[in-house]
Parts: sequence; C-alpha cells; structure tokens
Amino acid sequence: MAAFGSFALLIALILAVYNLFAGGVGLRLQAVGGGATRVAPERLLETARRAGIAGFAAVTAAAFALVWSVFHNDFTLEYIVEHSNIALPSAYKFAALWSGQEGSLLLWCWLLATYGFVLRLTDGEDKRLHAYAGTILAGVQVFFLILVNFVAMPFSLVRGGVAPPDGNGLNPLLQYPEMVIHPPMLYLGYVGFTVPFAFALGALMMRYPGEKWIHITRRWTMFTWMFLTIGIFLGMHWAYAVLGWGGYWGWDPVENASLMPWLTGTAFLHSVMMQEKRGMMKSWNVWLIFSTFLLSILGTLLTRGGLVSSVHAFAQSSIGTWFVVFLGIVLAVCAFTYIVQKDHLKTEHQIESLVSRESSFLFNNLVLLAACFTILWGTLYPVLSEYVDGTKKTVSGAYYSHVMVPIGVFLLLLTGVGPLLAWRASSLKSMRRNFVWPVVAFWVALIGCMVAGVKVWGDEGVFYAAVTWSLAAAVTTAIVSEFVRGAMVLHRQTGRNLASSAVLLTRRNTRRYGGYVVHLGVVLIFLGFAGYAFNRSAEKEMPPGSAVTVGPYRLVNLGNTEESNANYDTEFAQLDVYEHGKKILDQPMAPEKRVYLVNGQPQTIVANHSTLLWDLYVVYEGKNPDTGMPIIKVFLNPLVSWIWIGLAVTVFGTLLALVPTLQPVRVAATVPVVHANSDGRATAGGEGWPS
Amino acid sequence: MKRGIKLWGRTLLATVVVAVCLCATGATDPGARFDDLGHKMMCTCGCNQVLLECNHVGCTVSGGMRDELTRAIAGGQNDSLILQSFVQEYGATVLAAPTTHGLDLLAWIMPFAVSLLALGGTIYLVRHWARQQPAPTQARTPEEAQALETMRARIRRETGTREDGQG
Repeated sequence: MAAFGSFALLIALILAVYNLFAGGVGLRLQAVGGGATRVAPERLLETARRAGIAGFAAVTAAAFALVWSVFHNDFTLEYIVEHSNIALPSAYKFAALWSGQEGSLLLWCWLLATYGFVLRLTDGEDKRLHAYAGTILAGVQVFFLILVNFVAMPFSLVRGGVAPPDGNGLNPLLQYPEMVIHPPMLYLGYVGFTVPFAFALGALMMRYPGEKWIHITRRWTMFTWMFLTIGIFLGMHWAYAVLGWGGYWGWDPVENASLMPWLTGTAFLHSVMMQEKRGMMKSWNVWLIFSTFLLSILGTLLTRGGLVSSVHAFAQSSIGTWFVVFLGIVLAVCAFTYIVQKDHLKTEHQIESLVSRESSFLFNNLVLLAACFTILWGTLYPVLSEYVDGTKKTVSGAYYSHVMVPIGVFLLLLTGVGPLLAWRASSLKSMRRNFVWPVVAFWVALIGCMVAGVKVWGDEGVFYAAVTWSLAAAVTTAIVSEFVRGAMVLHRQTGRNLASSAVLLTRRNTRRYGGYVVHLGVVLIFLGFAGYAFNRSAEKEMPPGSAVTVGPYRLVNLGNTEESNANYDTEFAQLDVYEHGKKILDQPMAPEKRVYLVNGQPQTIVANHSTLLWDLYVVYEGKNPDTGMPIIKVFLNPLVSWIWIGLAVTVFGTLLALVPTLQPVRVAATVPVVHANSDGRATAGGEGWPS
Repeated sequence: MKRGIKLWGRTLLATVVVAVCLCATGATDPGARFDDLGHKMMCTCGCNQVLLECNHVGCTVSGGMRDELTRAIAGGQNDSLILQSFVQEYGATVLAAPTTHGLDLLAWIMPFAVSLLALGGTIYLVRHWARQQPAPTQARTPEEAQALETMRARIRRETGTREDGQG
C-alpha cells in the first residue's frame, strides 16, 4: 500500500502541474486570440479540466491508502508507527489521518482536490471563469502536493526497514469523539476559502465584467464559512471537555490562527453585499478574500511551522520555510494582479451618509479587521519582542481579555444597529422609529441586571458582562422587530396569520432573514461568553465520604476506583450531586484521569452536568502524592450551554440563507408603481407585488 | 440630525470614560489577590497554561509557584513587587501578558491605536464622500409627484406607518 499511495501522490502532482500549465497556456492563448495555433485553446483548457478531475481520483487513492494502512496496522510506515497502535479504537484510527504533519497535509490536498472536483464538474455557468479558478486551484494544489511528495511524506518507510510490533499510539488529547470531526470541519473551512479566492483572483485577471463572480462564489463562501465556524466551535468544545481547565478558549496561537480567517471571511460576507447591491468596495472585497486565503495559509504556518509555541500544535516541524515562500509567492501574485488590473475595480457609487447601511457595513468590517489585527499582533508579539530585545514575552488570555472584549462588545452593538439603518441614508425620524424598542430593551436589561444583584461597577469583567447582556437584549429586540415589521406587511397583504407571514417573509428573502437568524445565534454565543465573568471554582482533596460545595451544589465523594483496558489505565471518583439538600442526579458524576499504556501520556476526562443556567464541571486532578487522596476541582460556569445553542442557531441561519429565495408571483398591481426612465426620472405604471 | 448624532457621541464617550475609570480598580483581599496575580502569571513547566489553570498530573512546578505566591502575599509585598520577584526568578516569560512599560507598552497601545486611526480615517472618508454627492433633484412633474405620493401611501398602508413616520 505504501508504494501505491506514493505512486498515487506522484501521479496527482504530475496531473496538477499539467493542469496548471495547460490551463495557464490555454487561457493566455484565449486572451491573445490564439485560434491559429496547432491546439485550440478550448481543447487545451478541457484537458486541463480533466487533469484536475483525474487529480482528485489520484489524491483520493493516496488518502485511501493511508487510511487502509492505519486500519491494517501497517507498521512498516513511519507515520503509522508514530500516530497509531493496535489497540486504538477504529474511530480514532481515522483521526490518525490528521493527527500528524504528513497526514494532515494529505487531508488538505484531498479536500482541495475534492473542492476542485466539484468546481470543475459545475463549470456550466461560466466556463472561462471556472477555467481561471481551476487553474489557480491547481497552482495551490501543486504546492501542497510538492510538500507531501518530497518534504512531509506520509508513506515514508520506518528507519532501518524493520517494522516494530506496535505503534506509539495517538496523542491522548486527540482521543475524544470531537477530534474525529473537528479537524476535518476546520480544514473544510481553511481549504474551502481557496475557492472564492481562486474565483476572485481569476475574475480580476480576466477583468470579469459585473458582479456575477460574487453570485457564483456566494454559496462556496457561505459553506466554507459555516464549516470553519463549526470547526472552531467543535475545537472550543473539545478544549472545554478535554483540557480540563474550565474554559473553552485560551487565546492559544493555534486557536487564534483559526479565528483570523474567520474574521476576515465574515467581513467579506458582509461587505460583498455592498458590491452586489451598489457596485461599491470592489478593491476592498478583493483584498478581503485575498487576506482570508493568506491568513488560512498563515494559520497553517503558525500551527506547523514552530514559529510560536502552542498547546495545540500536534504536528510541528521545520516545514515553515516552505509556507513562508508560498505566502510570499501568493502575496506577490495577488499584488501584481491588483496593480495591473485595479482600474477594473472602480467603484460605481460612493457612500452618501455616515448614518446608512453602507456605513454600518464599513464599520462592521473595520471592527472585524481590528479584531483580526489585534489577534495577529498578539500572536506575533512574542516573536517581535524576541527579535527586538531578545526576550520572548508571553501573550496569553490575560492580554486578549483586555483588548478583545471591548472590540467584541462594539461588534455586538453593530450587529444590532446595522440592519436597522436604511441603504444610502437614514433619516432621524426612521432611526427614532427603528431604535426606540432596542434602546428600551437595553436599559431594561441593564437595570434588570442591577436589580438582580449584578454589581455592574465592581469589576471589569462584570461590567462588560452586563453591557453584553443588555446589548444582547437590544439586538434581539431589533431582530425580532425586523421580523415582526415584515410579517405585519405580509399579514396585511395576504391575510395570513403572523407566524405564517413570518415564514413566507423568510422564504421570500432567505438571505436577509437567514442573516438575521445568524445574528441571533451570535447574540446567544455572546450571552454565553459573558457568563465567564461569573465563573466560580473550588479545589479540594477529597477522601471518600468528604464533600465540597460550589454555588447551590454540594458534591459528596462516594469513592475512588481504578480500572484498566487494552488502551489505558484509568482512575476516577464517583460524586453524588445535591442541590439545596436534594440529590439531583441518578448516576454519580465520574471525572477521570486516564494514562495511556502505549506512551504513558495522561488525559483528563471531565464530568459535566450542563443546564441552561450553568455547567457543573468537575475535574479529577490526580492523587496527592503525600496522602494518596484524589484532588477534585469543581467549576460552576454560567451560561456555557448558550454558546453551543448559539452555534446551532448560527448554522441553521447559514443553511437558511443558502436556500434559494421563493420567487414572487408577479401580477398586475392595483395601484401605479413608479419606474425610473433612462434619464433617471420617475414615471408611474407597471407591475408590483401581489396584493 | 447633527444634534442627535452629537448627543449619541457624547453618551458613548461618557460610557467609555466611566468604563475605563472602573477598570482601573484592583483587588485588595488576599484571596482575590492570589486569584488575580495567579492569573497574571504562567506555569513555567512548559505546559503554556496560566499558573492557576495548570492542572496536569504531577506538575512539579505550579505547586511550588503557588506556594511562593501565597507566601509573598502573606509577607505583605505589593502586587508589582511580587510580579517583579517572579520575573527575576523565572524570566520574563512568567508574565501572562506584556508589562505596561518600554517596548511592551506598544503591545497594548497598538490594537487601540490602529483601531482608532482606522475609525477616524473611515469617518473622514465617508464624510468626504457624502459631501461629494450631488444634491438630489427636487423638480418633479405633477404626475411624478402624484405617483410618488400614491406609492408612499401604499407603503404606509402596508407597513402600518403613520404619516408622521411613527409605527
């Protein structure tokens, strides 16, 4: 299988190189009108397209060969020895594919080939633009295939040629259900941004007229964004459940690396609407998508290049130089293309008012980019400080909680304000009408927090939490009022009830109302984040029969147990949970600590009792070496569930926005409708919405 | 319109000033100081975790560091001195965040400076663009005005909006 896999990767590289060159030559010939050459450019482009499709088959064969080798415990391969063992459960054998450098690069190649395969099969809409995008994808694919063929080879044989009887096993931190889906989701996001990037660069290279390339890539971008969002949150959930420190986001460089392209991608999804609707921000959008792709590559460099240290960097090596060179080449190509073609990106309109939907998009972009810059700055600051004064400084959550929380709160504010502003300009009258209820909701929520005993002025975290909750109330009111206002119009038009009208309203503009649902999801996520300010914890050495109290809960240790299986040894405590003196769980909570036999590495398995109000999160920290008694740490983390609920709502909203809009039935209007003449003046008459 | 925007601006500014003043307060009781300082330092065992959040089995470093911190607080040292003594013992990497002097100040200032510059630049640009807009054409024929008024009336009827703009 090793030979088969290696051969498949080599074939894939040859096909990708052919795709790149044949595509490049074909497009060049087309551009200069090379119809008189021996090979017609169209035929050359078709062979390039087919090479791309065949390349997908070759990379799939290689990925299959690696998975097959893992499942058959082929310890003649260095990669299998390093990342698997015989006792490893089957689901985690899949995870071995992305747990190491070589395997995860192969996964990247395979996902890129898959995206390319779909792109090349769906080129009917615009063959030439797809040919450009396909050729650019092939260029990216060549880079990654060079890596897996010559630099980080997944099919390398063990040194000495003698296969060991068993492997070293998978990193215990990765032996958790989410690890089977978190990395592929994240990679689907990272790799997926290559597609809109390729379309944007291709459209710029060919001076593609109009905004059609945005329509073509909208679904790609939204799918990609959704996968990246899911990937990031699955990572958060994994960190919460496995690392056992009571939190879900540690501002680790690897976490930051995933957030940066998400932020620029989110900015792109918003600002692209200005280009579609008003022909504005063309250069800005092109650079946003370029930056998103570049940040995806930078994220990979940070994760694997060893540039910054991270608790998540499972696959570091000296491969960073390759990524730096690739980043440089991509940046140079983007900059050159932009400089040569920038006259094609002239804006058709300018922003007319500071208080308008366009401005709110611009400020939203600004805040998202400020957040991205702050994260990049914080992530690279240790490198910078080491370069300047020789001391590598630490930049952890303590730094980010000071600089990122105000930015996040401002972003939440804009989430509510933006949709309430009109395109072009908002009058004070309409603002007063649209903002009155959200402002009332804000103050009611803030006063409600104070009445409920939240000491808003006591602590920075509590202050921001109260402001966040109040803004959440305001934004929710704004979103609901948008739905109600629209549904009322349809209710008057059609006579349907309000709920049915709201559904019809959403179906008539899935993108807009799906977007509002996404905003609602974001509000719920922020609601959960704000709960962090009220986290409580207690740590105690707990002999059997002893108890610890946190908030309303009292945990009583029933006893400690040790067990073993083929994969690991485990020790755990069993704790009955009482709330106000009443036992609330039928089964005791059982936090455990595992030690994996194959490599002696420990892993925390947290016991978590989650409610909508808070999580009772219990960690078995190990035994006190002096007394032999277990140490239990209990956290009471408010509102964490809302983060996961918010994610579900966000994903639902994204899917909703992807559903094609219901086309209205056009009938003659009962009242005249104003049309604009060619000279821009209004006249009456024509068709309207059904009444 | 302008007066309304100014009022919003002033309210926002006042909120920011109050928030900044409130954020400047610090912890005083030993438990809160231990928690506060423990979250300002990293465990130096190589786990890359904040001192009070290092929880891996058999960490030989974090326990000693915590004891040291408890002793320092009980000894009556102020926060700054305690942090300084840890830096001398474990190096600058022990601090969970950059300090607020020298080059480190740049780490704190840069995000806000860049954000403010971008914000200011954007406001300037948008106002510049808005000023460049041609004035809307007022002249309409009576038929056009009538058609527009009919359309407005229909919009008001369907959106349930009164003539004065109130819902």
